[in-house]
Amino acid sequence: MNEFIFFVDKVLIAGAVLGSIYALSAIGVTLIFGILRFAHFAHGDMMTMGAFVAFILASLASAAGLHAGLPMGFLLLPFAMAITAGLALLIDKSFYAPLRARGAKPVTLLIASIGVTLMIQGLIRLFAGVQSRSFFETEPKTVYRIAVPFGGATRPIVITEPEVLMILATIVIVIALHLFLTRSRLGKAMRAMADNADLARVSGINTQLVVRVTWLIAGALACMGGTMLALDVSLKPDLAFNIVLPIFAAAIVGGLGQAYGAIAGGYLVGFAETLAVFNWSVLLQPLQRVLPASIQLPADLSIVPTEYKLTVAFVILIIVLLVRPTGIFKGAST
Amino acid sequence: MMRRTIVLYAGLVLLFVVVELALGAAFTTRLCVEAMAYALIALGLNVQWGYGGLFNFGVMGFLMIGGMAVTSVSAPLNIKFWNSDGPVLLLEALGAAAVGALIIIAAHRAGRIGIKGRWRTALKVVAWALAYVIYRSRIDPAATYIESHAGWMGGLGLPVLLGWAVGGLVSAAVAYVIGKICLGLRTDYLAIATIGIAEIIRALVKNMDWLTRGTLTVSPIPWPVPTPQFYQDAAGVGATTSFVYARLGYFAVAAVVVLVVLVMIEIAYRGPWGRMMRAIRDNHIAAESMGKDVKARQIEIFVFGSVLMGIGGAMLTSFAQIFDPAGYQPINHTFIVWVMVIVGGAGNNLGVLFGGMFIYTVWVLSEPLSQALFRAMSHWSLQFGWGAIPDIESRSLQMRVFVLGLVITLALRYAPKGLIPEVMRKHGPSRRGGSVMKGPTPEAGAAAPPK
Repeated sequence: MNEFIFFVDKVLIAGAVLGSIYALSAIGVTLIFGILRFAHFAHGDMMTMGAFVAFILASLASAAGLHAGLPMGFLLLPFAMAITAGLALLIDKSFYAPLRARGAKPVTLLIASIGVTLMIQGLIRLFAGVQSRSFFETEPKTVYRIAVPFGGATRPIVITEPEVLMILATIVIVIALHLFLTRSRLGKAMRAMADNADLARVSGINTQLVVRVTWLIAGALACMGGTMLALDVSLKPDLAFNIVLPIFAAAIVGGLGQAYGAIAGGYLVGFAETLAVFNWSVLLQPLQRVLPASIQLPADLSIVPTEYKLTVAFVILIIVLLVRPTGIFKGAST
Repeated sequence: MMRRTIVLYAGLVLLFVVVELALGAAFTTRLCVEAMAYALIALGLNVQWGYGGLFNFGVMGFLMIGGMAVTSVSAPLNIKFWNSDGPVLLLEALGAAAVGALIIIAAHRAGRIGIKGRWRTALKVVAWALAYVIYRSRIDPAATYIESHAGWMGGLGLPVLLGWAVGGLVSAAVAYVIGKICLGLRTDYLAIATIGIAEIIRALVKNMDWLTRGTLTVSPIPWPVPTPQFYQDAAGVGATTSFVYARLGYFAVAAVVVLVVLVMIEIAYRGPWGRMMRAIRDNHIAAESMGKDVKARQIEIFVFGSVLMGIGGAMLTSFAQIFDPAGYQPINHTFIVWVMVIVGGAGNNLGVLFGGMFIYTVWVLSEPLSQALFRAMSHWSLQFGWGAIPDIESRSLQMRVFVLGLVITLALRYAPKGLIPEVMRKHGPSRRGGSVMKGPTPEAGAAAPPK
């Protein structure tokens, strides 16, 4: 039974946590692609930027002597999201909008977004240095240990407070996004523009407004994903730059431009990573008692060695690009 | 255009002279060698992006392959490895890989014996999984054995220049496989796929300790020309002078390689081949309708550009005399090369050569410059009673990342064609604009009638 709990900890919980991060960020990537038709490479660093905004707010709050039952970084998230959304809008105004106005190709915008990535990275490290920080320097990080009463298990299932909050918050966001896209006028306009920008424009949709709203949503979600990741691990300047490729993998696997696809893709990539590095030998140990002594199960039966964990996402990405470039949800193909 | 080129190159020479006066000859010669190597890499990207319009964001991967190749070829023999069972185990792993490849090929050909649709897909998946398991079952024990008995495979102790050539060849082979897989993709998918492949290559090189020694790093790697040590021992010159002499020798070799490459790709650019590539770049549908095999041509140009990157990567590694897989970063090895090509002028070789040397110089100089700036600011803030700026060294290093990003965005906005833009030559009877050809040549790219 302990083996099963190990599996729950290492695969189910870790996969759900990783998947939530990927899903939150891939939604932003996919929305930007749907509306503006370019791969926004700076999304990872927008996440890091959002996490730093949340960190500054949380530090200010705890310096002011505020304390609450929940992590301060989480409580102040709405404010941080608002600020990051504003910053995202500012980045668009100053770097992408002039290029769009000139009618630049999507490739040019992609290169520009790499420039933006480098600028954000440089600025963050310039002001914050390269060391890693923790949201939990002034408050304790609650860890839940859920004892399993059946099956003779002796180890509890371990999950931390930020992880629970992250999974819950992702569910809330997904539902809110679903309602926004299907019920509100603006959400419908967004979907219309993602389907066919010209048709949307001639039917009287304010495309400028849609673009602005897209950046606001993408910025807010990036901040949320980044802060959640920083709450779970620690806040580093290269926090999200390292996972920008798995995020793109998630968005492409789900079909670029498809918000629901991004959610599915995020969890798919997250679980694939944890399943691939999981040592299956642990789960098969009980079999050893049944098997004759001459058959020894190898000690390490993980599909890929742990040091190759990040490559799992790339391999999935490349396979999807080859086998079904439109993604599992039939995303944009132009 | 000619005048602008001359002025910019004269400015570059002046910049090197100023650097020489300010920071010394040893520093400047090092800068020159590295700038030359980066110029070669940028020329490779120019062939891919400027000539062919291919989006390669995996430059880092090819630099690593080049570096790995020159390390394996020119590093001294590891006697311990050759005396152990390592070679036999590796041969076995190679055999396992061959068996796996056969299984995969067989599964892909299964259509011929009537296995179709879903069954064929399932068969392919099983074949790939089986091949993976077979290979892993042989390579894992071999790797463990070699790492515990001999450390790593060691090099072959062959000449360095051969190592550069091998770097180009291995890059070509890898580029062929990548091209086969990815070149059908749209540009932005291709960008992401190539970034992903470069990351896979980095993960492999970093963790295959038996082949590359991984993060333990390999050094010293020999030079193709006498090293500073040689001048100190044989000629008895001082340390600084010996560095200058040795680096000048290395620079001469690098410059000859770059010059030969430059002349070759410029001839290719002006010839029918170059016209065909531009036709594919500007409108691949039209080119295809004219009977050009677009995908084959694109693979060709992707391989060709990657060879230059591999050689450039090998040059950098042997110059540094150390192969450190952990030292490769997308910023220093992919994005900066893109900045060189964009700022220099995609499609124009002289422009990219200038961009390569100029951007690399700016990149290197921005470190001491921003340190000086920060020191000044720190001094200033001290006087205001705000205290000194902490960790000036590490912070000013980050400043150049910001500057690089700013240069990309500004260049895209204000000089999207680069400092020395590509000259668009008009062919045909029109006498306006550019040089005039005598008449359409039979193989003149998109202008040729379909065969």
